[in-house]
Amino acid sequence: MASPTPTDTAAHDTSQIPAPEGSITVTVRVLRFNPEFDDEPHWESYDVPALPTDRVLNLLINIKSYVDGTLSFRRSCAHGICGSDAMQINGVNRLACKVLIKDLLAKGNKRTTISVAPIKGLPQMKDLYVDMEPFFEAFKAVKPYLIAYGNEPTHERIQSQADRERFDDTTKCILCACCTTSCPVFWSDGSYFGPAAIVNAHRFIFDSRDEGSEERLDILNDTEGVWRCRTTFNCTDACPRGIQVTKAIQEVKQALLFKRV
Amino acid sequence: MSAESLTLDKPRSPRRPAARRNNFELYSWLFMRLSGLALVVLVLGHLFIMNILDDGVHRINFAFVAGRWASPFWQFWDLAMLWLAQLHGGNGMRTIIEDYARKDTTRFWLKMLLYASIALILAVGTLVIFTFDPNIAG
Repeated sequence: MASPTPTDTAAHDTSQIPAPEGSITVTVRVLRFNPEFDDEPHWESYDVPALPTDRVLNLLINIKSYVDGTLSFRRSCAHGICGSDAMQINGVNRLACKVLIKDLLAKGNKRTTISVAPIKGLPQMKDLYVDMEPFFEAFKAVKPYLIAYGNEPTHERIQSQADRERFDDTTKCILCACCTTSCPVFWSDGSYFGPAAIVNAHRFIFDSRDEGSEERLDILNDTEGVWRCRTTFNCTDACPRGIQVTKAIQEVKQALLFKRV
Repeated sequence: MSAESLTLDKPRSPRRPAARRNNFELYSWLFMRLSGLALVVLVLGHLFIMNILDDGVHRINFAFVAGRWASPFWQFWDLAMLWLAQLHGGNGMRTIIEDYARKDTTRFWLKMLLYASIALILAVGTLVIFTFDPNIAG
């Protein structure tokens, strides 16, 4: 992926965006890329009105609705559940629907600038829209579903609260790719499984009802598996759900090391 | 498991090379931790003896080295330091090459160069420790 160029193109007419009472003007810089016209991504700036209680996603939707309808980004539920709008906001991976403008305001009377770029390490297809296929390929490769052999039980698969607690943290994953695309190992080696796939493997490896732990541990023991992790904690910092991602990866390493789940 | 459920395993996903099913990465990860711990003692001890104890570097000469290597303990110390540092550093370099080399051919040749240099230094160092002749000066 080409590195962002520092030159911003001409200002856009943003007067059509409604400015509610109490709003301030902030500059949103977006790393835009249109594969039909551009050779490489470039920054474009938009001066838009924003309320402190707005989310970054509101500003992007306003730009798309009132300034440039070709601005592309994913968003679905817009409430931090679907995990569609992961992007790099001021250099860190966040969900645009969970970051409030008041937390990004510049100190003093300085003009606030918010930089929005696509998540790193996945092919940028258009603007903030990236090809998620390599990410989901790694996810599928760890078999993220219940594996159980023998006859199906006639009643539910019972589990104690303590057994449920064992993998509670990793059930929270929404597959937004914030963690995987914040991982320096994933940036340089796209075939690394990445934190998200390991988190989802962890969710089943430590599930007492599941019988596929060994298969998954075997997969993660490989060259591109958990041993590539350098414990930089970028993934834990990035996770919008607060999952202790690095801890989960370490638990998988531990399970491999001591052959015990 | 029926054949049908096997074909539904990872539908339409691009193929990833099959896992090699060996513990090489596990052992190299473990080796890095253990050799690192050992090297903290070995290297700091070495630096202390060579640079701080008594008159430090000023007393080091051929006789000093000959005197130390007369003892199997120091021979073993230096041998352990040589092998652990070479393998620890070499494994670290291997990881860095895996991370940063962009082409497979670059990766392969950098690794070959690395392995050759590790083998050479290990061989020469081990040879010196075991065949050191204290009377060579005379």
